[in-house]
Amino acid sequence: MSPRVVAAIARRVLTQLRRDRRTLAMLFLLPTLLITLLWWMYSNDGAVFDRVGPALLAIFPFTIMFLVTSVTTLRERSSGTLERLLAMPMGKLDFLLGYAVAFAIVAVAQSVLAVGISVGLLDLEVAGPVWLLTVVAVVDAVLGTALGLLVSAFARTEFQAVQFMPALVIPQILLCGLFVSRDALPEVLGALSDALPLSYAVDAMTHLGVATTTAEVWADLAVVGGFVLAGLALGAATLRRRTA
Amino acid sequence: MMKSIVETRGLTVVRGHHPVLTDLDVSIGPGVTGLLGPSGCGKSTLLRSIVGVQRIEGGSVTVLAEPAGSAPLRRRVGYVTQAASVYDDLTVAENLRFFARVLGVPDIATEAARVLEAVDLGRQRDAVVGELSGGQRSRVSLAVALLGTPGLLVLDEPTVGLDPVLRRDLWALFHRLADDGTAVLVSSHVMDEAERCDRLLLMREGQILADDTPAAIKAGAGADDIETAFLMLVEGDGAVA
Repeated sequence: MSPRVVAAIARRVLTQLRRDRRTLAMLFLLPTLLITLLWWMYSNDGAVFDRVGPALLAIFPFTIMFLVTSVTTLRERSSGTLERLLAMPMGKLDFLLGYAVAFAIVAVAQSVLAVGISVGLLDLEVAGPVWLLTVVAVVDAVLGTALGLLVSAFARTEFQAVQFMPALVIPQILLCGLFVSRDALPEVLGALSDALPLSYAVDAMTHLGVATTTAEVWADLAVVGGFVLAGLALGAATLRRRTA
Repeated sequence: MMKSIVETRGLTVVRGHHPVLTDLDVSIGPGVTGLLGPSGCGKSTLLRSIVGVQRIEGGSVTVLAEPAGSAPLRRRVGYVTQAASVYDDLTVAENLRFFARVLGVPDIATEAARVLEAVDLGRQRDAVVGELSGGQRSRVSLAVALLGTPGLLVLDEPTVGLDPVLRRDLWALFHRLADDGTAVLVSSHVMDEAERCDRLLLMREGQILADDTPAAIKAGAGADDIETAFLMLVEGDGAVA
């Protein structure tokens, strides 16, 4: 692994994002707007907003990063720039970490904004430390990045990459405990929910909403971190210097 | 015996159950070597094998005395694909800076200015690549390949769709690079570019029909131009060694 190459890639991805105003708006404003919408929907019943708000702070960064990363990396694969980089002194992990670092930086800004507005303006009641809420949101966004990098290997076109969203992200949203609490799910679905990374991220957020203890949050974060590492490792295995 | 830069021995490549190259022995020396043949004859596959991005079925490819695609070669071989492999949403200068950082080139600003000068894109340095013409984009891609002064430059149809003035300038550049010690391997399906090469490999259906200087190939076939020589070699079915 070469820190020089990782930094070069992260910097380049951020420069590309800076140029793309619409994507920037999507990245920074969309989560906040969606949470504001939810706050408005439940303006007659603040308790519901307090219950689902933290979960959404986990779901939105994950979903958006998944989408943005899978399309960006796919573009890199199809334009020939990835092949060019792989013919240069660049490690496979350098490539993935460069992307992960760039999107983690974006995720920090995105999450600080979303959490700040939820807690500061929309009066989201959070029992645990707000900074930890932000940490969970960032790790979660990085999870979206890692899975997005991985699935880009299995899509040939941007059209196919976008289809992975309903296939891989929506089931996680349905089973993460937002609609039916995870321990009330039918046994098979409960087991499935236990195997999905987003469940742990939402657990961590929900816990922070109602409790001041943090040990459970760190345990959930460790599981999400494990999925991130596994996603990056599998993603690295899909990068091939030699192709047919 | 000339010093060989690229050496393939028994190179066999299969793509989608069809053999593209079978047991191919090729030797490429310094100077500007043209790889000429019709579309689909296996030129790109051979170039990809030399760069080390092609999965090969059998045989060996040696480049600058190292196995093709091995780590030490990743700084020493420049490769330009048919598609301009650069970032459309970055400026010319940003593309060069990025690839120079990946390569670990010491003085990035000087090096970027040097390669921009070489491909005559100095005035476009702050233009976003996506807004350039097709010819300019492919020259940006070429400029990236020149970073760090590679020992071998592999170019897959770099002159397609360029205007004649630009084509002439690019060939002049290839010869300047060759004079400075970079071996240049250029593929083309346009036979009239053959005359501009120091040495030619004529290729058809995965086989090398001829490997010599343009003059020797024409003389050997008794033809006035390379296109006719190509036809005579195909129809006469006899390869000139």
